[in-house]
Amino acid sequence: MSKKITGAEIIIKGLVAEGVDRVFGYPGGAIIPVYDKLYDYTDSITHVLTRHEQGAIHAAQGYARVSGRTGVVIVTSGPAATNVITGLSDAMMDSTPLVVITGQIASSLLGSDAFQETDVVGITQPITKWAYQIRRAEDIEPALARAFYIANSGRPGPVVLDFAKNAQNEEIEWKSYHKCNYIRSYNPSPDIPEADLRRVADLINAAKRPMIIAGHGVMISGAEDALRELAEKADIPVGATLLGLSSMNSDHPLFKGMVGMHGNIGPNFNTNKADVLVCVGMRFDDRVTGDPDRYATQAKIVHIDIDASEFDKNIKTSATIHGDARKALEGLLPMVRENSHREWVKTFDDANEVECEKVVKDAVSGTDPMAPPHMGEVALKVSLAAGKDPVLVTDVGQNQMLSARYFRYTAPKSIITSGGLGTMGFGLPAAIGAKMGAPERTVCYFAGDGGFQMTMQELGTIMQYGTAVKMIVLNNDFLGNVRQWQAMFYDNRFSQTPMINPDFNTIADAYGIANEKVSHRCDLDAAIARMMEYPGAFLLNVRIDECDMVFPMTPNGYPVDHIILNEDSDIFTMNDNG
Amino acid sequence: MDNNNTLFTIAVFAENHVGLLNQLSIIFTRRCLNIESVTASRCSIPGVHKTTMTCYSDRVTMEKVISQIEKRIDVLKAFLYTDDEIVYQEVALYKVPTARLLDEEHLEEIIRRHGARILEITRDNTIIEKTGHSDETEALFEELKRYDIRQFVRSGRVAITKSPVELVDRFLAEQEERKLRIGD
Repeated sequence: MSKKITGAEIIIKGLVAEGVDRVFGYPGGAIIPVYDKLYDYTDSITHVLTRHEQGAIHAAQGYARVSGRTGVVIVTSGPAATNVITGLSDAMMDSTPLVVITGQIASSLLGSDAFQETDVVGITQPITKWAYQIRRAEDIEPALARAFYIANSGRPGPVVLDFAKNAQNEEIEWKSYHKCNYIRSYNPSPDIPEADLRRVADLINAAKRPMIIAGHGVMISGAEDALRELAEKADIPVGATLLGLSSMNSDHPLFKGMVGMHGNIGPNFNTNKADVLVCVGMRFDDRVTGDPDRYATQAKIVHIDIDASEFDKNIKTSATIHGDARKALEGLLPMVRENSHREWVKTFDDANEVECEKVVKDAVSGTDPMAPPHMGEVALKVSLAAGKDPVLVTDVGQNQMLSARYFRYTAPKSIITSGGLGTMGFGLPAAIGAKMGAPERTVCYFAGDGGFQMTMQELGTIMQYGTAVKMIVLNNDFLGNVRQWQAMFYDNRFSQTPMINPDFNTIADAYGIANEKVSHRCDLDAAIARMMEYPGAFLLNVRIDECDMVFPMTPNGYPVDHIILNEDSDIFTMNDNG
Repeated sequence: MDNNNTLFTIAVFAENHVGLLNQLSIIFTRRCLNIESVTASRCSIPGVHKTTMTCYSDRVTMEKVISQIEKRIDVLKAFLYTDDEIVYQEVALYKVPTARLLDEEHLEEIIRRHGARILEITRDNTIIEKTGHSDETEALFEELKRYDIRQFVRSGRVAITKSPVELVDRFLAEQEERKLRIGD
């Protein structure tokens, strides 16, 4: 006879059955029964206690993004649930699989404004893939199974299970756990009609100036090889969105850089020159398209995505393939002819030459040994010193754009950044989760002084778990990205962007975290080397000149081929030699 | 934006789960679209719930709304219709003081002409019912105004397609096939 167990134990057994061995969370009143049972399962599940619920969910995001596994978060009701809202919205925007379990007051009290009650399902429905309230113990198993299925299939996303306390305490008979693999209203892997593939293959085969834009979906679906093979076979240059970076190695001859506001000139400029644009697992964010009315109007746009609601949402397409990016690209491979587009590819290289000369050179090096290093310089050097297949985790702002631009990507899933929501404070906890999800890789976290302080309390988590994250704070005592806009578009009126900061090294000392400060270019290399040699967590506090800016830049509302090269607002032009 | 004034009917077939209506309404709210009317009920398919909404907008916007609705996990299918593609009705109720009606010579003629009917008569009030399109129920309202109408209420639209194919049935059959394939 099967024995009776509590709802709290059912959820733990369910997590184990789903293969979960690590959860991120923070206990509290309405989730204590689950934490009590967790105490019996410490052999199976490691719980990471962050210092704030926002830290827990961002850590779970970092873990999920680096590993492809579903990140699990357990927090209590009320304020804990509202503290994970930012992470939910972030995970929704950036297609990150999460199962977030929030405690809830007993169902008999629902709607009574009980202590720490909040309408979690109501609040989270707009920013989750699915949100469900568990009110009875019998509901736990099917709800949990559906949650895992929904979170990490199709276009991944966050799922919330709002777990009423009475259901946690209720005892029912435990039977074996059944994973969910079918929901009739949800088809996460639609079959791709042959005709759709054929139509796209014909477009690609007829193209004179084809270009691929690789998005996050390439890595989510594991389509990196198919992408590379397709590009090589048909000789198609590849650009990547911010989240699509590392879907192709930085040094691949057909990889031409990042698209978007601060992307590389080649892929941005040529977006408005290509005749066929193959966009894979991306969603035409406004930071990617610039003015959508002047985006690739000359091109036939092919959109491959698992989420049909993305088709024609922002940009009108000529052809679509609805389905898994890997299945789509693998299906296209035999249909696409071997081809050569050497002249067209060369235009990317020509643009890159200009970019190197007019932008990159100044961004990654400098002559004055006593001056503070540039942000791009730090990013490139850290990336080259970080050993095999390092992972970049960024915060948001200049640190994000410059580290994304100058980090070298040698393996997939090498950039973890808040792309859609642009969450300052995302980086530090995400880096913790990333290191736990990929302990064999060096995790390099870049942040500004602003974003670092938004979740700086997670240094406590690093201290407690000895998480060996390399933290690089690009410190200019300014909210640098806003400052840049104020300098460029608001007449140098630096409204509320200067910051008086504490000494981050003293703070690291308080947490027992190794650290150094770099103020001069000449000290940078040695400090980076010491950071990388050091076996544990390390904080490098790097002085940055507040006047450093991110270029190139396509300002808001301009087409992607309108590219500002520098502070003097020089605009990129391509020498037209025919 | 001259085509911004089409009245669209949105039919959503979904699992009957708590919070479904919220999931639908937030999609409109986020785009600052006003839902003109909403009706929800079971439909001919067991376990499937049908929500019918109307909204003034343009086709491009509404097509995006439909795909956002279909993206919700609990939604089976959503459809967008203009008036010529559907047969639709609304029901309106009118509460009029009985004394005022009794004074009226043309009452019978009004009721007949509008195809309305009387549901209840008490000493104080008479409740009249009319089904029809908005303009028809509105017309009766205008006419009854002079009898000191006390309450007027109109339901959301219910609609059935003229199409010879039942797309939801077909969709569900496909899903059953998919289930069998997964089961293998």
